Amino acid sequence: MRRGLPAWAAFTLAALVLLASLVVAVTIGPAGIAPADVWATIAHHVGLPAPGTLSPLLDGIVWELRLPRVITAALVGAGLAVAGAVMQTLVRNPLADPYLLGLSGGASLGAVAVLVLGISVLLPVAAFVGALAALVAALTLAGRTSTLTPSRTVLAGLAVGQLAAAGTSFVIFWSATGDSYRSILAWLMGSLAGAEWSSVAIAGVAVGVVATGLALASRPLDAFALGDTAASALGIPVSRARWAMLVAVALLTGALVAVSGAIGFVGLTVPHAVRLVVGGGHRRLLALSTVVGATFLVWADTAARAMFAPRELPVGIVTAFVGAPVFALLLWRRRGREA
Amino acid sequence: MHLDRLSWSVDGRVIVDGVDVTPPTGALTGLLGPNGAGKSSLLRLVAGVLHGAGAVHLDGTDLLALRRRERARVLAFVEQDGGVPESMTVAETVLLGRTPHGGLLAGMSDDDRDHAEWALVTAGAEAWRDRMMTTLSGGERQRVHLARALAQDPRVLLLDEPTNHLDVRAQLDTLAVVADLTAAGVTVVAALHDVNLAAASCEHVVLLDHGRVVAAGPVSEVLRPEVLEPVYGVRCTVLEHPRDGRPVLVFDRTPR
Repeated sequence: MRRGLPAWAAFTLAALVLLASLVVAVTIGPAGIAPADVWATIAHHVGLPAPGTLSPLLDGIVWELRLPRVITAALVGAGLAVAGAVMQTLVRNPLADPYLLGLSGGASLGAVAVLVLGISVLLPVAAFVGALAALVAALTLAGRTSTLTPSRTVLAGLAVGQLAAAGTSFVIFWSATGDSYRSILAWLMGSLAGAEWSSVAIAGVAVGVVATGLALASRPLDAFALGDTAASALGIPVSRARWAMLVAVALLTGALVAVSGAIGFVGLTVPHAVRLVVGGGHRRLLALSTVVGATFLVWADTAARAMFAPRELPVGIVTAFVGAPVFALLLWRRRGREA
Repeated sequence: MHLDRLSWSVDGRVIVDGVDVTPPTGALTGLLGPNGAGKSSLLRLVAGVLHGAGAVHLDGTDLLALRRRERARVLAFVEQDGGVPESMTVAETVLLGRTPHGGLLAGMSDDDRDHAEWALVTAGAEAWRDRMMTTLSGGERQRVHLARALAQDPRVLLLDEPTNHLDVRAQLDTLAVVADLTAAGVTVVAALHDVNLAAASCEHVVLLDHGRVVAAGPVSEVLRPEVLEPVYGVRCTVLEHPRDGRPVLVFDRTPR
């Protein structure tokens, strides 16, 4: 028997928590801002009757710094959670996630490569190409998709991810003139410090189009849970559908990494937590994962910038502190299941 | 249904060799043969999961030439050890049988739910409806996979060793479900390794050896010592069941 809330109640509750988190996260920081100020700024900028006028300084902090950052965090969290959930189903591996399988690392490498070449317009495209290359490399290394074992896949992802991380660090080190470590950390561990409205646009389009597309494919994704033979007998073109959706995941990962660097463990932790509440059916799983993933990263990023203010932790350190124990727990629960 | 010269080979080794048989409509056909005779491969070929040579005709259509989804609306296949979806309940798993029906991007309709509910009850799996698949025994899972196939609303049902790992009672229960289906006009082909189970429950049998059809026809014609002995390499005695007159086979190792 499944415990807990009906799916609609869980979703409504999670959505309310996300909304409240967005507002509260914007108020947290060195400049004292009240929730009412957040509403006032938003109202002012979208042309609604504003309940009062804010000083240009506060308005700038809310509208130019905190809002784009918090919204980008929410979008990246939502996208990573969907990417993780879909990968876990497609490669039939509870440990799959864009970070562990090396996609995020590949995307970072692609991104810094075009930055060095000075063509930053291509940043999301290069990150996508990097993610796709890493995906193909990891899955080829792991063996045929039908016979993938979880440990082989993770090891292959680790090899690809480490190589990409070394490449990323080297490219930054080689090209930077001064202190490159901050930049290296930002790409390897993720950072939302540079988030602007353009980041919101990139992440928003990626999540809006790709994550929605994947959520619409819930039925084929559900069939994948039965195994390739049964899915095929249920009318799913198994390899074509798998590759199409994996490419979509790479696209999503590329766009997210382009704005935030490689943030780990969101795609691993969130879907597992959500499955405990609403089960493995993808319609509910993906819907709730977006909301929970968004909330998770909003708080992780808020912690990253507020805990040691004015210094900032890379947000990936916060997500790893939460996610790595979950990873360990999953390994522990699966002990003795397969090589 | 007519299986028209189905063949399949892998790495130059012929696994299914020109199988040409016509399982009767609305009846249970047992697919018999020793281990490695090609029973599973033949079923997978008919299901379109493996791609080889030949055709499967049903009312003038070649099922193998259909699109996958269209074929899945007509034909259902239950593999031997079906996948166990993690984090899915029995009811959700059975509902997966509705995948080929309705739009790919649409949700499940009330009609889908009605079919799944009927399948759950017909297969006798309704008592576990809210249990997680991972908590079921092998026999219970087998029953859920049967229910999932029924939810597809197929005209042809292929079962690969549906009674494997089942105790006697569960075997008979499963075959009773199959008997209800055939009575409703569904054509069922089941790979079985228990010759006596086939003798007791099938109308028609196909005996395979090394990928070829050795004999095909009514139970009384195929399940005879002179047909079975060379295939299985055992001595075989046929008795008559005292209640229904069906053949009961007794085997021993001494070659005749």
